Amino acid sequence: MLRYSAKQLLNMALTLFAVSFLVFALNELSPGDVARKILGPYASESQVDHLTVQMGLDRPAIVRYFEYMGKALTGDFGDSIVFRMPVADLMFDRLGNTLLLAAISFAVIVPLSVVLGVLAGMRERGWFDRTISVFSSMCASIPEFAMGVFLLGIFVVWLGWLPGTSPLRSDSGWAIWMQFVLPVLVVTFYDAGYLIAMVRSSMVEVMRQPYIRTALLKGMSFNRVVSRHALRNALITPFTVILLQLNYLVSGLVVVETLFAYPGFGRMMLEAALAKDIAVIEAGTLIAVSVTMLTQLFGDLGYMALDPRIRV
Amino acid sequence: MADVLAFENVSIAYDHRSGRQNILRDVSFTIADGEALGLVGESGCGKSTVALAAMRYLPRGMSIVEGRILVEGRDTAGLTDHELSRIRGNRIAMVYQDPMSSLNPVMPIGRQLMEVPLLHGETDEAAAFRRAVAMLEEVRLPGAAAMMERYPHQLSGGQQQRVVIAMALMAEPALLIMDEPTTGLDVTIEAAILELVRELRAKFGTAILFISHNLGTVARICDRIGVLYAGRLVETGNIASVFHAPAHPYTRGLLGALPRLHGGRRRGRLRPIEGTIAAADRARMGCAFAPRCVYAVRHECEERPVPMVPANGSDAHLARCVRLDAIRASAADAPTIGNDEPVAGDAPILLSVRNLTKEYKLGGMFGGTGKVVRALTDVDLDARAGETLAIVGESGCGKSTLAKIISGLLTATSGEALIGGTDVATIPVDIRPPDLRRQVQMVFQNPDSTLNPSHSIAYALTRPLRLLRNLANRDAKAEVSKLLAQVRLPADMAERMPHQLSGGQRQRVAIARALAGNPGLMVADEPVSALDVSVQAAILNLLAELLESSQLGLVLISHDLALVRHMADRVAVMYLGRIVEYGPVEQVFAPPYHPYTAALLAAAPTPDPDAEPPDRVLEGSMPSPTDVIVGCPFASRCPERIAGLCETTPPPVRRFGEHRIACHLDLDGTPAQPAAETGGRVGIRSSIS
Repeated sequence: MLRYSAKQLLNMALTLFAVSFLVFALNELSPGDVARKILGPYASESQVDHLTVQMGLDRPAIVRYFEYMGKALTGDFGDSIVFRMPVADLMFDRLGNTLLLAAISFAVIVPLSVVLGVLAGMRERGWFDRTISVFSSMCASIPEFAMGVFLLGIFVVWLGWLPGTSPLRSDSGWAIWMQFVLPVLVVTFYDAGYLIAMVRSSMVEVMRQPYIRTALLKGMSFNRVVSRHALRNALITPFTVILLQLNYLVSGLVVVETLFAYPGFGRMMLEAALAKDIAVIEAGTLIAVSVTMLTQLFGDLGYMALDPRIRV
Repeated sequence: MADVLAFENVSIAYDHRSGRQNILRDVSFTIADGEALGLVGESGCGKSTVALAAMRYLPRGMSIVEGRILVEGRDTAGLTDHELSRIRGNRIAMVYQDPMSSLNPVMPIGRQLMEVPLLHGETDEAAAFRRAVAMLEEVRLPGAAAMMERYPHQLSGGQQQRVVIAMALMAEPALLIMDEPTTGLDVTIEAAILELVRELRAKFGTAILFISHNLGTVARICDRIGVLYAGRLVETGNIASVFHAPAHPYTRGLLGALPRLHGGRRRGRLRPIEGTIAAADRARMGCAFAPRCVYAVRHECEERPVPMVPANGSDAHLARCVRLDAIRASAADAPTIGNDEPVAGDAPILLSVRNLTKEYKLGGMFGGTGKVVRALTDVDLDARAGETLAIVGESGCGKSTLAKIISGLLTATSGEALIGGTDVATIPVDIRPPDLRRQVQMVFQNPDSTLNPSHSIAYALTRPLRLLRNLANRDAKAEVSKLLAQVRLPADMAERMPHQLSGGQRQRVAIARALAGNPGLMVADEPVSALDVSVQAAILNLLAELLESSQLGLVLISHDLALVRHMADRVAVMYLGRIVEYGPVEQVFAPPYHPYTAALLAAAPTPDPDAEPPDRVLEGSMPSPTDVIVGCPFASRCPERIAGLCETTPPPVRRFGEHRIACHLDLDGTPAQPAAETGGRVGIRSSIS
């Protein structure tokens, strides 16, 4: 298992290296002049040339790439032209916010999905199963922005219980924890709908297996069969999918973050991409890729822990 | 004392949207303390429903509409879930068909065994543990204590079934229900499991309800037998009287359709039961078998319910038939015995395989592990026109690999396979020239998955005609009808879709598809093992007719020795990728034997209650194909191993004319080379009992 992890980490480093090169090359090849972008449409040609030389953009791309990577290894990702601060500081701040939102959402989504999915799947086509199935497919099919606007309408406009934006500043007049409620709710409804369906179908599949019949015909009560024999088996398939939600929660929350003016990672990436803020895009991509690969590694390790048939 | 299990006129129905379907009708039987009752019947006859009903565990939608089921005198109808859970696993326990899927894959087997006593009164974990270890020893699992920690996937199929049996016996139940406990296991493993069941039964005195489609396994285990057809018991009686004097035409048909180990070669014919079982048969007022019965008389058989009547004047042997007298007067339905005149041996050789070897290198992402799987080692054989070459052996012996190399689905590592002078061993099928491709055609085991469900039969047959024989559309159409006639299917089948055909009809289409290329050689990989006995017989007869009427050569791959005895002209017995015995069928099935052939023959269940149980059963299982074998591949399991010789030296090939045996034992009983350690003389066994 140690050897496997070491191998995977090495793999990860190689992938990150390749991704960094690809992103760098892509930015290099895409049209538009960085200096022009910074200075705006009314700057003179000589001003642009001057800034190009000043930023070292006239040197060969490969030289700049290695220079960039050298600095990156020491934690220096350059400066953001949009946010006008070092990328490392910006990233640290935004990623922290996003991780907080992701962690809270994850802590709500996972137990909720597992409990509801298992309860629904253990008696296929029972009344609880039907109710949960309708509920989960409804949740999963309403887009985040629609759900967000709907909840905003109820809790902010109509009831006035919660803040409409979540800038995470205490001077907004709302306690910080109250600013989390709506974003977490929206994410939970959307994501749990999907996960519940996953867990449920896995549970249904497991309950049809002959070893469940074996356990029942040993004289075990239904509830014990569910907790002793079905549960662990039912979690094997959805486990990877559950971990994959971390990717979504870290880099895919653009809509929710934008809707609630939440200062998170996804919104930062969106703004950077619109403004061609190369330094931020590069660093952000590397982080998103690292998150994906780390969750995959944890997914594999957890998978092995759950299922003794899988060994490396 | 009350019977352990009693079914009293039980009818079970399945309710669905389009109405009610009868699954079981008026089924009555009893199992006394310590008695073993066998239930036989073909797929869909309702035998598994009997097992589940006894456990009071019916699938959703199924219910008992009539009759009572009594367990030790108690009607199970009124029992609560809690009361039922005290019977299940405790008074009645069950052993299932597929042991792998019957065990929880993520729980060590020890824990799964311990659950049984812990559920039924035992409170002490340590005592439960000791009991589980003791039971694993009872079922002859080596290293029982270490075995407790293992997961199901770490055991072989035979070991898994032993664990399931141990689990069933943990609470010393009064009744053990075994539902096809050896189906899917190799014949030597099957024999070992059946022996174990016999022993355990003698020791614990457990009553057994043994459900199987295989008459041979029932004959080996049971005292009494019940034959189910379309949800009705059609015959019950002592095993000896039913096997020796079957009364019901269906029972007679089943016995007549079975190829026998001691029958002759294929110049004899089996007696298939005509027609197939239809869903409507379950709803019939009268005899469900009447539509397929040659003795049926309309007004007598079909117009009123048929009662069970004494078959031979005794109440111990009953049959549900009104025409018993007429049937008794007619001749017995024994399969015609073929003659065993030796094959001429001058038929042209279609396929000649020499030193064929297939290896796979195991490797991961970061280079190979250095392990090599040897799937085939130095295989030599010939297939001749108009003859059947059978390849027998247990799963993993390499017989399917050999078939795939011949047909070009795999390529060999070394050696040659000559077809019409061309070595095809390393030519994959997609680059074989059309004429060579046409020469070899395959028939696979499962006709359901080999026919494309979205294409008509005509399409399935037209494609090879156009691709392999360049026929124009109109010619192909005429040829399709000819092919269908050749496999005894009506011409209007051409427009049907595969799902509209029965399993036997689909396999006929698969054979017609293979014939479409007008091949020299047909390779059939377990062509009938997915089919019911009565259907199987018809397919075998068809193949035999095809061979006699043409110069077609057949390579028949099978694990069923009786079938091979019936069909083959020559036989190759394979073990661990090597041919251990090869020769004309009457010589391979007669002494002298290779010890492996002897073990296979002894293990094969025969539908004869008087047959002696095998005097010895092979222990252990086939070595892993990654193991490096220096001596004889069979040495690790051979009951006649010569210590110090067999493990270290490859066996010499002994030839008796065309018959050859790779073994250190000599014909007259002396070891081939003087072995240092052996004192006594050991010989190839001159007979099997």
